[in-house]
Amino acid sequence: MTKLLDAPQRPARSGGPAGPAQRQGLARSIRSLLTSPKYGPVIVTAVLFVAVFVIGGVRYRGFFSGQVFLNLLVDNSYLIVLAVGMTFVILTGGIDLSVGAVVALSGMIAASLLQSGWSPGVVIPLILVLTSVLGLLVGLMIHVFKVQPFIATLAAMFLARGLCYVISQNSISITDETFVQLAVARIPLGGGMSITPSVIIAVVVVAVAVWVLHATRFGRTVYAIGGGEQSGLLMGLPVARTKVLVYVISGFCSGLAGVLFTFYTLSGYPLTAIGTELDAIAAVVIGGTLLTGGYGFVLGSVLGVLVLGVIQTIITFEGTLSSWWTKIFIGALLLVFIILQKVLTARRR
Amino acid sequence: MTDPAAPVVEMRGISIEFPGVKALDGVDFRMFPGEVHSLMGENGAGKSTLIKALTGVYGIDAGTITLSGEHVSFSGPAQAQAAGISTVYQEVNLLPNLSVAENIMLGREPRRLGAIDWRAMRRRSAELLGGLNLDIDPGSLLGDHSLAVQQLIAIARAIDVNAKVLILDEPTSSLDTDEVAELFRVIRSLKEQGVAILFVSHFLDQVYEICDRLTVLRNGKLVGEYLVEELLRIDLVQKMIGKELTVLDDLEQRARSVVVDESDAATFVNASKLGRRGGIQPADLPIAAGEVVGLAGLLGSGRTEFARLLGGIDRADTGELTIRGKATKLRTPRQAISHRIAFSSENRRDEGIVGDLTVRDNIVLALQADRGWFRPIPKKRQDELTQSYIQTLNIRPANPDALVRNLSGGNQQKVLLARWLAIAPRLLILDEPTRGIDIGAKAEIQKLVFTLAENGMSVLFISAELEEVLRLSHRVVVLRDRRVVADLENDGLTVDALLALIADGSVEADAAELADAAELAPVTASVTSVAPADAAASAPQPPTDPASGGRA
Repeated sequence: MTKLLDAPQRPARSGGPAGPAQRQGLARSIRSLLTSPKYGPVIVTAVLFVAVFVIGGVRYRGFFSGQVFLNLLVDNSYLIVLAVGMTFVILTGGIDLSVGAVVALSGMIAASLLQSGWSPGVVIPLILVLTSVLGLLVGLMIHVFKVQPFIATLAAMFLARGLCYVISQNSISITDETFVQLAVARIPLGGGMSITPSVIIAVVVVAVAVWVLHATRFGRTVYAIGGGEQSGLLMGLPVARTKVLVYVISGFCSGLAGVLFTFYTLSGYPLTAIGTELDAIAAVVIGGTLLTGGYGFVLGSVLGVLVLGVIQTIITFEGTLSSWWTKIFIGALLLVFIILQKVLTARRR
Repeated sequence: MTDPAAPVVEMRGISIEFPGVKALDGVDFRMFPGEVHSLMGENGAGKSTLIKALTGVYGIDAGTITLSGEHVSFSGPAQAQAAGISTVYQEVNLLPNLSVAENIMLGREPRRLGAIDWRAMRRRSAELLGGLNLDIDPGSLLGDHSLAVQQLIAIARAIDVNAKVLILDEPTSSLDTDEVAELFRVIRSLKEQGVAILFVSHFLDQVYEICDRLTVLRNGKLVGEYLVEELLRIDLVQKMIGKELTVLDDLEQRARSVVVDESDAATFVNASKLGRRGGIQPADLPIAAGEVVGLAGLLGSGRTEFARLLGGIDRADTGELTIRGKATKLRTPRQAISHRIAFSSENRRDEGIVGDLTVRDNIVLALQADRGWFRPIPKKRQDELTQSYIQTLNIRPANPDALVRNLSGGNQQKVLLARWLAIAPRLLILDEPTRGIDIGAKAEIQKLVFTLAENGMSVLFISAELEEVLRLSHRVVVLRDRRVVADLENDGLTVDALLALIADGSVEADAAELADAAELAPVTASVTSVAPADAAASAPQPPTDPASGGRA
């Protein structure tokens, strides 16, 4: 940058708010952070999560404990994994409606195969491979035949849900030793707090996803596609491969989420997880990822899941409210968030 | 530079066909190491197509491409890049959601242990930006920077690759004089390193300043390859247009003959203290029927913002607008259209044409919207309309069913014009209608503006090229720093006088700024330099005194 020092004097041409030439107060930088399409929504979600948690703590005795927080992770580990996969897809500007049905399908496959005496060591990898292949097919359909992601994943959703019924019309319970062990196992964290193995799996998935999105070429290409597919193509980025791969990742995550879900329920049931894809999308959007792609973080989506979870917990603590109120709150929240994103990013222009 | 006689790029007999358009027809093209080569031609001549054939964006239907003596056939931009062909496209193709550093380095990020090395990436981008004298934070979001800065970032990206061939397609269209000088410095230093540079620009002055050799295309065919120093400008223009350069002459003649009918000179639109916070300071602007008003000012002076208020695109928060004597508030473009005010945006691609629709659909769009969608325009009427505009505006290809995205920039602009003319506007607002288009199409559009004004249509004409503004306008309104600084009759006005006003409208003249602005002249003067007629010598414009009756 030494060259800059002896550059001829000229009017400042620093285009952005981050330009060093600009003298800006703290208030201005906060404002610029909040209106940034990149960080603004995530910060708002984080503040919201803390606020809701504090409100819960003030209102209800016993709410403000580590275990209540950990239970958010325990109860929602499968949703976190789903939201991670969904984040990849939405970052490219796509959508995946099939994830709920795929969760149900992997539960059905697990339950029926375990029932016929397969070993969990074979069943789980098999499920992950199958759901990844389904994701691959969806991705190819979207890329090769230029089918809208909405339509392609809708087809996959019906296919997966239909396959559930082909396997069985009824609920199949899981009695496999390993699954039962994983379902009841508790990992103590000291101070009377504990988590389940599912939480560890979810945390690992999140960590890997953060790393992939932030530090690999594949991850940056995901953002690039969301920012402008054509531009990415002209820059020579592997757009086609990346676009297909995000659906494979989403398929893999759905399969894994399905396995975690069966740890939680110990059964396979064709009608399970209906509408879960919408929960995952809601979590991603509340977590600050723009539906048009290009902006967002995996950690934001995790925050989104936690916000959904904490609302659920508050309604449980309230005791008298029907659990449907959760949906109403989530709906209202989603609306507020989308409007907020619009307002904040419009301010900037 | 081992063998200076061997071309680094050699394309032979290249043909490319799009549905309904023969974009390239047996074109030969070559580039030598260490030279700056220019590709010249009108819009639709096939320049962009030839570039995209070379960079692997389009597959070629016939012909061969040789790079450093080896036969190549690229199936995508990535391959061309890997082979050492680096490109900056005309429309900035970067990613607004990523950081400046990423936009420069994406696809070849420095990596450590499989992960992107962000610090090395920022350092490298800062070096590259420093080389372009660009003082911005590499970590900032690209979308937060102006178009000119983005253009320079795109160039920084292109020069980072160890390129054998660097292609710059209209790199200067959004740069100011200083930035152009900076770019030329970079081009010269790359040239010394033996890089072959393809510099495509509509600014003849720039081409003559920087280029060694040029290739002329016309209608998808090769006209010839020439050394710049051996080709006179006037000959070049003739080769590009393919006919004697009478159009502009003709225009000068007409300019003198245009007379605003005084009796009909009633003010059509009158803006009084119209303004919008952050856009334009409250300003007055009366426009008479049949009058052409030019808005002159630098980029960001508020010229577009002002025009957007009149077109109902943005809402004014102060002042009032009177249309035919009645105070009116324009809230939406639709309301403006119902008052027969049409706004043609400078942002042709995003706010103008619909690329996936045909020429016909694009032309009837505004008219159909105005009629209401429940009263479709009969097919026959649509065809008549389209045919007549294709003929009058000389839209090429003359195929109503061609997709607009396959047309060249100049022809897209004509389609856009046709769309607005179809609704028979009383006031037509043209924001940079001639940007990035060639002399032939430019002259046609200018001629059209005259004819329209003669027929009583008012035109608000915005252009960065002052000669153009002077040639067309009856009155020139000068803007500076989001404020109207002068409203002048175009009566013996000169470019220098306008420049002085644009540079400093107030009493105390800032010498440095004036000098800066004076340097702008050769860049923006591209049209005059080929137009034989002397603007200053033309007869005075008809008297349309702002103080006279109708406009009070």
